[in-house]
Amino acid sequence: MTGNLLKVEGLHAGVENKEILRGVDLNIGAGEVHVLMGPNGSGKSTLATTIMGDPRFEITSGKIYFEGEDITSLSTDKIAKKGLFYSFQNPIEVPGVTLRNFIRGTMEAVTGKRVTPFKLMKMLKEPMEVLGIDEAYLDRDLNVGFSGGEKKKAEILQLLMLEPKLAILDETDSGLDVDAVQVVSKGIREYRNKVNGAIIVITHNTKILSALEVDAAHVIVDGNIVDNGDASLVEKVNSQGFETYLNMEKGKDL
Amino acid sequence: MAQEKAKIADIDRTLYDFRNEENESNTYRLDEGLTPQIVEQISKEKNDPDWMREFRQKSLKIYNEIDVPNWGPSIDGLDIEHIATYVKPKDNKMHADWDDVPEEIKDTFDRLGIPEAERESLAGVGAQYDSELVYHNVQKGVADLGVVYSDLESAMHKEEYSDMIKEHFMKLVPPTDHKFAALHGAVWSGGSFVYVPKGVSVTIPLQSYFRLNAPGAGQFEHTLIIVEEGAYLHFIEGCSAPKYNVANLHAGCVELYVGKNATLRYSTIENWSKNMYNLNTKRAICEEGGKIEWISGSFGSHISYLYPMSILNGDGARSEFTSVTFAGNGQNLDTGCKVVHNAPRTTSYINTRSISKGNGISTFRSAVVVNSNAKGSKSAVSCQSLMLDKESRSDTIPAMDIRTDDADIGHEAKIGRISDEAVFYLMSRGMSEEEAKALIVSGFADNVGKELPLEYAVEMNNLIRVEMVGAMG
Repeated sequence: MTGNLLKVEGLHAGVENKEILRGVDLNIGAGEVHVLMGPNGSGKSTLATTIMGDPRFEITSGKIYFEGEDITSLSTDKIAKKGLFYSFQNPIEVPGVTLRNFIRGTMEAVTGKRVTPFKLMKMLKEPMEVLGIDEAYLDRDLNVGFSGGEKKKAEILQLLMLEPKLAILDETDSGLDVDAVQVVSKGIREYRNKVNGAIIVITHNTKILSALEVDAAHVIVDGNIVDNGDASLVEKVNSQGFETYLNMEKGKDL
Repeated sequence: MAQEKAKIADIDRTLYDFRNEENESNTYRLDEGLTPQIVEQISKEKNDPDWMREFRQKSLKIYNEIDVPNWGPSIDGLDIEHIATYVKPKDNKMHADWDDVPEEIKDTFDRLGIPEAERESLAGVGAQYDSELVYHNVQKGVADLGVVYSDLESAMHKEEYSDMIKEHFMKLVPPTDHKFAALHGAVWSGGSFVYVPKGVSVTIPLQSYFRLNAPGAGQFEHTLIIVEEGAYLHFIEGCSAPKYNVANLHAGCVELYVGKNATLRYSTIENWSKNMYNLNTKRAICEEGGKIEWISGSFGSHISYLYPMSILNGDGARSEFTSVTFAGNGQNLDTGCKVVHNAPRTTSYINTRSISKGNGISTFRSAVVVNSNAKGSKSAVSCQSLMLDKESRSDTIPAMDIRTDDADIGHEAKIGRISDEAVFYLMSRGMSEEEAKALIVSGFADNVGKELPLEYAVEMNNLIRVEMVGAMG
């Protein structure tokens, strides 16, 4: 593994008086697919949003590099502009802002260029076809009243429009029915085909992974990466759960 | 339209704040303060008919008898002895051709985008500069339908309309209503008279723009609109002023008469400068099946007292009130609305959003009165407030006076802060913090944005943008 796209080094982060990440190391090479697994509350989402510069979490030590550049203290928008994308586990509702205007705003923010409504529609056409999104959907307020599946489809639509170098997909498949998972997987494959972007998949199950060739898997427990491996690690966790890791952690504390 | 709405273009922040210095010396202003002599002089200037002359003096008397309101934001900073109630450009002829308007006034309005707006999408335009109208024009096709759109003074001197004006002028808002209504009655100047005859539908909006350019002055325009049975009109007013260090006063009055089964939409984008005391009174009365639609965006002024009122006086009359108030640093905006259900099966819907930022205070007051004769009436009030930081303040004061069992009344209020999570979400897609916040606030104000014609919606989003960028320093 080259590790030259994203490099997380000894990352400690948390909220006031409570450390959540306790020295995380992670290397992602360009175009690689990584799976991040761990029990609830182990720090998966915290790691993802801390990489994105989430102001809720304070980084107490450690560094985050993207393409060799230190992005540890950059603001979220600047990190996004470097080519990182985080698909939210629970996409936020923004009343009064249509999905269309939002996507246009993000395209302009990331590229720094004006995107005309006509150009936007041209660019949206293919991704919308892939995801089976109807045009009427674009005029709805962002995530407001969207079903779980619709929210996730909207996230993947943005992924396809923004074409980041690294996408962190936080439980994109959770709570979706089989059909929705298939559509979302199709979108992720499209992203891979189109820009060969790297992915960190945070997931509890393997449905979404069947569409992807996994390069590496990591298990995070209690703010530490406790195991690294290839795709077979996913299978192992799937059949055995996290118990061994949890016991290991407990043993450490004793 | 949807594409443009939340699209926020950069604008020059000095757009509203420029002054026309040259023009300040080129004006005629009456002495500051308020005496029977000054009021008499205004009458003389305007060649008032006798009834109006008496009306002004009577109003002045009432003004001196009424106390300032003691329940709202303090207006101690306003000293009427230092307000020039009447300021007119030396060349105050009314023009029907834009080319004839004096250069420096034209320059002011051109910078504000008037009358380009007219050329593009309006049926008629009026422009007031300080106390007098400087321009008024209405498209021929609209005039041919019998629609009258002129300044109130000249209409008052026309035989066809003089009785109509006398019959309606300050009947909805009598000078006894409150101190500043009395003041208005005494010193009113300029404004608009609109008459839409029975059955006529004016499909494109009429617009009036008010600009107060003189420092330490007051603007007291009167808008009188009569929409007869079955007619339709959309009237838009815009207001702005450059900022001075002395207090300016706006005490306009709007009276709207909506006939049987007629509809009037009255839209306002107000951006007075932050030294303005905006003590404005607006009222509409609707006959059977008539409908008033208020669309209101309030962004400017130091202090505002603004509560448009609808009197639903005929069976099935309706009122819709949609507003946004944005109180930034140094602003105390006390706004709201009032509805009186005075006939059976009348309905009202109030949908307001208040935003406050910095040490800005935004207070929303609503009063819904359902009289005992208003059986089968419905009223729904929804007010939402958004506070942008820890310093800002927002209050909601709803009042309901229901005098019949047979009415369906609802009220819903929500007060919240801008969500950090939402800001993070938008920033994770590459928007800067200020862009993210401006987009969230624009979305919050969308109840008004989506009701305004495109160019006004864009202007409103620009105003939000300016306020938000200011917030970020």
